[in-house]
Amino acid sequence: MKIGTPKEIFEGERRVAMTPESAAALQKLGHECVVETGAGAEAGFADADYKAAGVEVVKTAAALWKAADVVAKVRVPDATEMKRLREDQTLISFFSPVADEDKMQAAAKKGATVIAMEMIPRISRAQKMDALSSMANIAGYRAVIEAGNNFGRFFTGQITAAGKVPPAKVLVVGAGVAGLAAIGTSTSLGAITYAFDVRPEVAEQVESMGAEFVYLDFEEEQQDGASSGGYASVSSPEFREAQLAKFRELAPEMDIVITTALIPNREAPELWTEDMVKAMKPGSVIVDLAAEKGGNCKLTVADEKIVTENGVTIIGYTDFPSRMATQSSSLYATNIRHLMADLTPEKDGVINHDMEDDVIRGATIAHAKDVTFPPPPPKVAAIAAAPKKDAPKELTAEEKKAKELADFKAQTKNQVTLLAIGGALVLLAGLYTPASFMQHFIVFVLSVFIGFQVIWGVAHSLHTPLMAVTNAISSIVILGALIQIGSSSGVITFLSIFAVFMAAINIFGGFLVTRRMLAMFQKS
Amino acid sequence: MELGFTTAAYAVAAVLFILSLGGLSGQESAKRAVWYGIAGMFIAVVATLVGPGAGLWLLSLVLIAGGALVGYQLATKVEMTQMPELVAGMHALVGLAAVFIGFNAHIMIGYVDNHLAENGAVLGGALVDGQWVQSVEKSVLEPLSSFGQLIAKKTTVEITILKIELVLGVWIGAVTFTGSYVAWGKLSGKVDSAATKLPGGHMLNAAAAGASLILAIIYFASGGLIPLVLLTLLALFIGWHLIMGIGGADMPVVVSMLNSYSGWAAAAIGFSLGNDLLIVVGALVGSSGAILSYIMCKAMNRSFISVILGGFGGPAGEQMAVEGEQVAIEADGVATALNEAESVIIIPGYGMAVAQAQQGVAELTRKLRAAGKEVRFAIHPVAGRLPGHMNVLLAEAKVPYDIVLEMDEINDDFPDTDVAIVIGSNDIVNPAAQDDPNSPIAGMPVLECWKAKQVFVSKRGQGTGYSGIENPLFFKENTRMFYGDAKASIDKLLPMVE
Repeated sequence: MKIGTPKEIFEGERRVAMTPESAAALQKLGHECVVETGAGAEAGFADADYKAAGVEVVKTAAALWKAADVVAKVRVPDATEMKRLREDQTLISFFSPVADEDKMQAAAKKGATVIAMEMIPRISRAQKMDALSSMANIAGYRAVIEAGNNFGRFFTGQITAAGKVPPAKVLVVGAGVAGLAAIGTSTSLGAITYAFDVRPEVAEQVESMGAEFVYLDFEEEQQDGASSGGYASVSSPEFREAQLAKFRELAPEMDIVITTALIPNREAPELWTEDMVKAMKPGSVIVDLAAEKGGNCKLTVADEKIVTENGVTIIGYTDFPSRMATQSSSLYATNIRHLMADLTPEKDGVINHDMEDDVIRGATIAHAKDVTFPPPPPKVAAIAAAPKKDAPKELTAEEKKAKELADFKAQTKNQVTLLAIGGALVLLAGLYTPASFMQHFIVFVLSVFIGFQVIWGVAHSLHTPLMAVTNAISSIVILGALIQIGSSSGVITFLSIFAVFMAAINIFGGFLVTRRMLAMFQKS
Repeated sequence: MELGFTTAAYAVAAVLFILSLGGLSGQESAKRAVWYGIAGMFIAVVATLVGPGAGLWLLSLVLIAGGALVGYQLATKVEMTQMPELVAGMHALVGLAAVFIGFNAHIMIGYVDNHLAENGAVLGGALVDGQWVQSVEKSVLEPLSSFGQLIAKKTTVEITILKIELVLGVWIGAVTFTGSYVAWGKLSGKVDSAATKLPGGHMLNAAAAGASLILAIIYFASGGLIPLVLLTLLALFIGWHLIMGIGGADMPVVVSMLNSYSGWAAAAIGFSLGNDLLIVVGALVGSSGAILSYIMCKAMNRSFISVILGGFGGPAGEQMAVEGEQVAIEADGVATALNEAESVIIIPGYGMAVAQAQQGVAELTRKLRAAGKEVRFAIHPVAGRLPGHMNVLLAEAKVPYDIVLEMDEINDDFPDTDVAIVIGSNDIVNPAAQDDPNSPIAGMPVLECWKAKQVFVSKRGQGTGYSGIENPLFFKENTRMFYGDAKASIDKLLPMVE
């Protein structure tokens, strides 16, 4: 199959869906690759780089759409591109089945297959193709950098000869992928970072990134994000009130606020109200990563940076990933490559569009002249609901003592019983067998006992040498054969010859191998 | 020479053997311990040659020299990875030798019986005042060998006991022989390692054992050769069938169990020959093997019975489905992670032995240590096919033993470790043992490598491996699968690690 990537037409979009590196990997899957000239220019990939990676470069977008069996791009196709989409062509791109419903219908009508990167299910198997996550990661990082760019102070606190600099305080609202990335970047720049999320289970992740989780005084059983595929869902009005009250309390202290709260297929919830903005110090910065969906702050203007009356900068850019086009292109291209790898399980360049596969089925929104959205719920839950575990009961000192005593008693009882039975058996044997046998028997019993005592002390790492050594010394049976070999009976001598020979092999082989092994053990 | 000297020599040899086993408690003292064992064996053989075995000196020495030659060849040629096969194969020899010696004892009884009859005496003596008494003229004893004299002096009760001992020796020896032979075949890949049983399964073994008992009783009564031969054949069958029915994953237990059997066989032979040294050594070896088997079983959380009965017991309920996907990684990815890591734990398994990757692993260890990283090895008690197998392989590759740690010593350190590398092990790093009560290996202690920040698993392919149990470790988020032959993978990795 031929996989093609056109130059993005959307204004300001600098990303590209195929990099020379991903093209090389795609070719390993048996595919051919083609790009439109200049497709990667804005992301820092020259046509020559593509050519060097064995990618065909075509002059026009029209030629590319014509040549490619699979078109991989970043943004949802515009009207011209929709016209170029043809039957049996597969389109892989960001494609919102809700917002772009008419385009989806049109594609289905044409008989093209559309795989929407947004729709990749959030299960661990599909993580490697989850472009939303990889882009969110970049957005989170970039949000902090943009904030820093517009913030007049250091992130980290410093005491210098020229005066004291207080550390910046950063609040990250929504600890999803973008939020966590923002937390990581912010803490590593030295800011004091706080984070909030409606899902209490992410507190641990937040703390692992070095930020402080903002807890609410709220009694209601909080929702478990696992039930909604790892995404947040709408919270109750009471909860929302408690949350806003907490934010109001924090607002005057915060220098930078980064909001990332999104609920799938919904308008972004308003979390940072006008009065909070007013309460903030002049020079503070708000970065609203939800700007595209209306913003977590109502003052946000999408794609613009504004400064409020009281001097708070509100950044509403929606193209953070595109601002880091090289990085985001290579991540996005890798996501696409992983998706292609799943589509070509045989690595023979033939696409097997398996509609039974959870991931492929979930992401496909148009296939075989049908609209295939919404997909059925995936067979695999995104995150296994944590089974409630009973913590092992802490024993009190008395219980412990009682337990030890009981254990000791049981052990004593065990030992005494064993000794009694063993002793009785030996005595019984002694009653019925002649003394000559008992002499040997005593030796036997004592030897077994010595064996048990000695072997317990053998180091674990020396078990193989122990086996080899016991193997060697078990050929002590050679003595029996040696005693018999001088017999006057020919048969006995004959059998003894074999026995002596075999035992001798064993003696020498066993000891030599043991020596060889032990000689190898050395200290550093 | 008189018997007193021989007995004294035997006492010295017995002490040396005990010291030899006891010395294995530490790596350094172990080197001395082998010499104790060798000295003990030397004294025992020499004392026997000058004492009761003074029959055919020259032939005995030639045979021993011949055996030495073969043994030397075997011991020097064998690869360290083939240790399990070698040990299993050598057990077979001991078992067979025990069978032969047992048969000799049987023939000797018949011979002495004839000899005494010719000279007007009766084997076993006569009942006098309710006591068995046997008195044979010295002139009659003279022409007999020392073992023959021993038999001739025995009373009827003692003869019966002799027969019991002899049957035990032959029976255990025969089971050891075929069992070890099959174990050798399985370990060297000549026999399919999967558990296979004839129809009837363990009932067949039980029937054969029952039949053996009946034959033994017939033999005690009649003293004929045929029941003894039949009994031996049955024992050979049991040994073969028993070990065929045990899967490859249980081999460490099997090998140590056979080790134990060969000891008990030696002890039984010692009884029938009236030789205390044989009894002592047999008992030492027997108990040593038994303890090793116990340790192995405990490490796998299996009862000895269930290992012997073969295969894994059927799971009690449905096993947890494994979610997610095995994510592959290439050598450069592993190398980058290793270059960045501070602490590394390597978990070797049988796969490393099979691929002969220990040298590469050792080289990797040297490189990483030279770069100032902390590198350690975590060894599970049942890693490999023989107790302590991994230690020996790593020692061969000159990995210093003080960085090779046992499971209990290192298991708590995984959360502080940057990279854990699993090379060719599977069940011993299976989190299902802890998480899934329905897993066939539930409750088995495992190395908690998934707690490390990153885990790389070097594995040939996506299969479930030797035991056929799905391993959720491979699907974890911090796990990356480094597919390919362990040796090839490590060799690819080496030049990329600084």
